[in-house]
Amino acid sequence: MRTILTLAGIRIRITLRNKAFLFFSLIMPMAIFFLYGSVFAKGKPEAVAYLMGPILSFTVMGTFWGLSMQLVTWREQGILRRFRLAPIAPSSMIFSSILANYFLILPTVIIELFLARFIYHVTAFGNLITIFVLVILGITAFGAMGLVIASVTNTMQETQIINQLLWFALIFLSGATVPLAALPNAVQRIGLFLPATYFVYGLQRAMLANAHWYDLGTVVVSLVAWAALAAFISSQLFRWEPEAKLPRNAKLWAVATILPFVLLGIWENHNGKLLSTAAYMMNGRPTENAPPADNR
Amino acid sequence: MANPILQVENLVKRYGDVEAVRGVSFSVEEGEVFGLLGPNGAGKTSTIEVLEGLRVADGGRATVCGLDPQKNPNELKNEIGATLQATSLPDKLRVGEAIHLFAGFYKRRRNTDELLKRFGLEEKRHAFYNQLSGGQKQRLALAMALINDPRVLFLDEPTAGLDPQVRREIYGIIEELKREKKTIVLTTHYIEEAEKLCDRVAIIDHGKLIASGTPRELKQRSGDTTRVEVRLAQPAAKESLKQLDGVTDALEVDGSYVLHCQRTAPAIVALVKHLEAQNNELVSLEIATPSLEDVFIELTGRRLRD
Repeated sequence: MRTILTLAGIRIRITLRNKAFLFFSLIMPMAIFFLYGSVFAKGKPEAVAYLMGPILSFTVMGTFWGLSMQLVTWREQGILRRFRLAPIAPSSMIFSSILANYFLILPTVIIELFLARFIYHVTAFGNLITIFVLVILGITAFGAMGLVIASVTNTMQETQIINQLLWFALIFLSGATVPLAALPNAVQRIGLFLPATYFVYGLQRAMLANAHWYDLGTVVVSLVAWAALAAFISSQLFRWEPEAKLPRNAKLWAVATILPFVLLGIWENHNGKLLSTAAYMMNGRPTENAPPADNR
Repeated sequence: MANPILQVENLVKRYGDVEAVRGVSFSVEEGEVFGLLGPNGAGKTSTIEVLEGLRVADGGRATVCGLDPQKNPNELKNEIGATLQATSLPDKLRVGEAIHLFAGFYKRRRNTDELLKRFGLEEKRHAFYNQLSGGQKQRLALAMALINDPRVLFLDEPTAGLDPQVRREIYGIIEELKREKKTIVLTTHYIEEAEKLCDRVAIIDHGKLIASGTPRELKQRSGDTTRVEVRLAQPAAKESLKQLDGVTDALEVDGSYVLHCQRTAPAIVALVKHLEAQNNELVSLEIATPSLEDVFIELTGRRLRD
């Protein structure tokens, strides 16, 4: 535990000294916040409240990008190799990265909530405890996804390409940019296979329908299962050196991390009410008319 | 050897089809400075990295402090310290932070302030890693390698790429550690480094250990002969040079002729007469006492830097 805390502490310091981090973790989220708040929501408190789910999702989901890039850079530069000479387990490297990210991402989330309150006069934040539970889960799950990406990619360029592809899928197909209910039906159906969709949906339910975290059983369980699976697989595939060979089936293991959402997507496509609830939330702002919490 | 702290038996390391280490065996006693000397690509780093637990051996057996590097990696890492051929740390990590960070990973640790002072890094405590010179980075790497007061210290090419002045500085540090009776295993391709620092040296070439012993023992292999290196205007027959008075052996290396002479003066006189008779000319002549370089040339027919 001491090793994890020591590593997390130093990662926080190093990251805060990185100007790129300030841009991607503070300036970009703030730009998105004001774009959504002033342009899309036209400053109306109810509309801003509706868009807080997507805004917070952007901030949290970006965590995978920074983590994967840092790990691959450290591996390419031989920094991980120096760490390997010390008695450090791969799991310590992994958990310290995620722990550090709580401290790096949470302040931005809090600033966004404060700005929503004081600039756009949002008064109803729904269930703040649920929002923070989901944010913590999101940082863990999307961070672990970043670590899996770093485990199976060899170079910065490769990592960047995969990150770009995943980022676009996560933001455009999940309701984080265009509301899910406004997307074409076929795209909505594809979106049901993405963790980001459940994350945005969970945050909106907490914000607009005052949902408790235990009311969002499916969302919480799937994010926990995904985070656990991704953290486990990234610890198994962790490589200290660029020359270290990947096991033959490593990429299959990496793809296997999406299993919880493949199953959830199939179930939701056949039996679920997420799409109809999302439509209620979009059309019925404020959302007292949303269907009752159905443990989703 | 009574009680070796490090033992290597028939070590084999392959990378695909390439056999980098081919059945290397040696042992190191506690308090000894042991050098692995050989050209680039000889298998020195692969050997040392197996011992550090960074690479898995494909054959043979190795123990360090009585521990198997593969079976007890964490116990081993608490007992050893190491500098890598190329150490790297995050650019925005400060010197003081790096030392404290790594101290935090070990059960046994030395006073970090003392280490910074000893390695002349006190004033650089707040400097970022990317602001350090090559020598300062290497001193930091050495300080970090000593943070857990290791029983065995591995130094992989500790002075490679450093300018002569910094190299001498690093020699000073290693000599100090030697006086403290620290067990050190170092790899190098610098002859003077091996001769100056090592109690015993193993010469490695093409993954094989071709000779080992104290520098004096190894040099005696040259039969306490003086080396006369000559360049000639025209090629000469090696065999005819071998027949000259006072010459025990003659080798052709990189277009020069290396004559091992038991009696130097008669050998040079005989050489000059021979060249006159052959209508050949002496372009240059250099006399040197035998060094490990000669041992290497004798054993491999090549220079160490080739």
